[in-house]
Amino acid sequence: MSTFTRDFYHFFGIDRKLSLNEGDLQKRFYELSRQWHPDRFTRKSLEEQQEALNATSVLNDGYRTLRDPIKRAEYLLTEEGFPIGEQRSRDVPPELLEEVFDLNMALEELKGGDEDARPQLESARRNFTNMRAEIDSDLQKLFAVYDASDAQSAAAKQALHEIRGLLNRRRYVENLIRDVDRALAPSNTQTVEDRL
Amino acid sequence: MGTFQIDFGEERKSKIVGIDLGTTNSLIAYTDLTKPRIIEDPEGRKIVPSIVSLDTDGRLIAGEEARALLLTNPERTVYSVKRLMGRGVDDVAAEVKLFPFRIAEGSESVIKLQLGDRTFTPPEISAAVLRQLRDNAEAALGTPVREAVITVPAYFNDAQRQATKDAGRLAGLDVLRLVNEPTAAALAYGLDKRKEGIIAIYDFGGGTFDISILRLHDGIFEVLATNGDTHLGGDDIDNLLLQIALEDVQSEWGVDLARDTEGVQRLRRAVIQAKEELSFVPDATIELEYDGKRYSRAFNRELLERLIAPIIERTLEPCRACLADAKLTVEQIDEVVLVGGSTRIPLVRSAVERLFKAKPHTELNPDEVVALGAAVQAGILSGDVEDKLLLDVTPLSLGIETMGGVVSKLIHRNSTIPASATETFTTAVDGQRNVLIHVLQGERELVKDNRSLARFDLKDLNPLPAGLTRIEVRFLIDANGILNVTARDARTGKEQSIEVKPSYGLSDESVEAMIRESEEKAEEDLRERQLREVRVEADSILAATEKAQRNNAWLTLTKEEQAAVETAKRELLTVYHGSDHHVIHARMDALNAATLKLAENMVNTAVGNALKGTKID
Repeated sequence: MSTFTRDFYHFFGIDRKLSLNEGDLQKRFYELSRQWHPDRFTRKSLEEQQEALNATSVLNDGYRTLRDPIKRAEYLLTEEGFPIGEQRSRDVPPELLEEVFDLNMALEELKGGDEDARPQLESARRNFTNMRAEIDSDLQKLFAVYDASDAQSAAAKQALHEIRGLLNRRRYVENLIRDVDRALAPSNTQTVEDRL
Repeated sequence: MGTFQIDFGEERKSKIVGIDLGTTNSLIAYTDLTKPRIIEDPEGRKIVPSIVSLDTDGRLIAGEEARALLLTNPERTVYSVKRLMGRGVDDVAAEVKLFPFRIAEGSESVIKLQLGDRTFTPPEISAAVLRQLRDNAEAALGTPVREAVITVPAYFNDAQRQATKDAGRLAGLDVLRLVNEPTAAALAYGLDKRKEGIIAIYDFGGGTFDISILRLHDGIFEVLATNGDTHLGGDDIDNLLLQIALEDVQSEWGVDLARDTEGVQRLRRAVIQAKEELSFVPDATIELEYDGKRYSRAFNRELLERLIAPIIERTLEPCRACLADAKLTVEQIDEVVLVGGSTRIPLVRSAVERLFKAKPHTELNPDEVVALGAAVQAGILSGDVEDKLLLDVTPLSLGIETMGGVVSKLIHRNSTIPASATETFTTAVDGQRNVLIHVLQGERELVKDNRSLARFDLKDLNPLPAGLTRIEVRFLIDANGILNVTARDARTGKEQSIEVKPSYGLSDESVEAMIRESEEKAEEDLRERQLREVRVEADSILAATEKAQRNNAWLTLTKEEQAAVETAKRELLTVYHGSDHHVIHARMDALNAATLKLAENMVNTAVGNALKGTKID
């Protein structure tokens, strides 16, 4: 289909690190856009046009992935043989069991019209947001550990293993926050799409 | 005079034009050596009304001529057809109540409009407008026009974009790029003089509303987010005012003018005129004289603003959503640009100013700025403009139908395009020969709440046990915002054939068929055009000859030579209005031959004068 590798790090010409300078990444994105954007290939052969189209889609997909620390980590993990996604959001992390149970009760109550559940949901939201901040800070530390070790070393593998655990946990917490937000702000956010 | 003509050769062939194909008005522009310019029609008008009429010879005519026919021949004339592009009959039920669209029987996935005794699809109607624009450009530039950039509302979905591209093909144009209207406006404004900054473009036109937020960086225009409503524009204001005026007329005259197609068009025109005046003066009158009766109603800006406030309010919600998607606050917006005729309304300006807390740019004519931007993009594609680059986004998320009627999103809205996603599909039962993929666009969770784009049928799979066949499907949104799908067998790497069934719009085959049909019609159109072109050429040769006759070199000719020139001139003039372009061409060649000596002598005189140091004209 294309001669282009989907290896985003390679395409951007940067080291396979979990921490990176977003300013440098943006600069590189603009440089590569100037080089590869299909607009620059209108007067070229069909093959070159197709090549530019493929290259730019890899560039854009790559930029979208690499500039976001979470997506970047998920991407690198998958590349290094630590695919995430199997346990994505189904299984409740054991340490959250009790909280999730209480949360679901409160969500049901609010849905049933019981406004008393609102303060409880707001406090749960604060709780989960803090949890997410903690996870993010733990992730930063593990990113540094991974970046400092040889990619093939046991230390690196161990770091990736722990990162995967944290990412799954984070995803779970993220979904909880989303559910609470939806419950707290009744859906007037859908009006724009409704007009389609 | 042949010998004086400069052969521009290659350069003349490849002019890419920029076209703003608007709901109400359309314009065409090109970039000359210095800057983008709007191309005027032979009467010096820049705007071509997006109105199309079927004339008595069965030809579609567009623009000013069609506008006149809207009054006298309303049942053969149509306007605002952009509202129907890429849509199905069910989508436009609300529109049909407000617009005099005559939807023909048998319109299912593609709407057909009844004009007189014939039917046309929206792309065919739009193609007539495009052809008119192309003819104007060819007459003005004196070169064939075959390649174009056409603008579309940023919030247009895949089917609406595809329909616009089809219209271009039907008009004989190779559409090199579809550009989003607000982004085109940003290009025209030359805002890149500022090296860095965040710009909001508020584009409120005849039938559509768009908001786009861009980051500028050294000539790169990076769209961060876009939002809008493809069915909200000045039309809606007109319809609102028209309803009120119709009720008014009903109570004064005791006549339901809504049943009278000509009367309703005349009243509509009067209402629009009053609306437009109120953008500049506080008071206006809606006046109609029709069928021996007179209607006159004083109208003021305050009343207008009270009536249209809810419509303008509807533009603000997409603005807020767009800011949120761009992860920006109002304070971070450096500049705001207004585009589209409806932004002349003072209430629109003040609403935008209040929302963005910034005085919006209005320096460029809001009717022209999109076409100018399209011409800049044409310059980028041709390589003439090297310092600018546009990075646009897809306005709507793209997904596929999964179990239980739920949409699984593959490419999220506001992703920079080209963008892609790859999914692997597998068979569920032994010996399965095909897999059907339903692709949708929109932000909602359930299939029924999103826009169906197409069904892709992966056919002729090897009949293997369930789960063994794995097909990798690549969904790619190109730089035009249009979806391309390719598939291959994950095991063998072999290209997998796909049959595309678009949910709305024309299949490739029917576009081809229409092109073939129009090519037959095109023969007479071509004759018409060749005739017009040859007359333009004849004009310039006649003018050059007359100029040469005032030159001293004229006196160097013998009486016989002078008489030969005069005869050739007269003979050209006698066939000038004839209908055979070959004859005109032949007479032109004869005049060229007769003036050959004159041309040589002029050059010699000029050289002689130059050697003597005298300045010549």
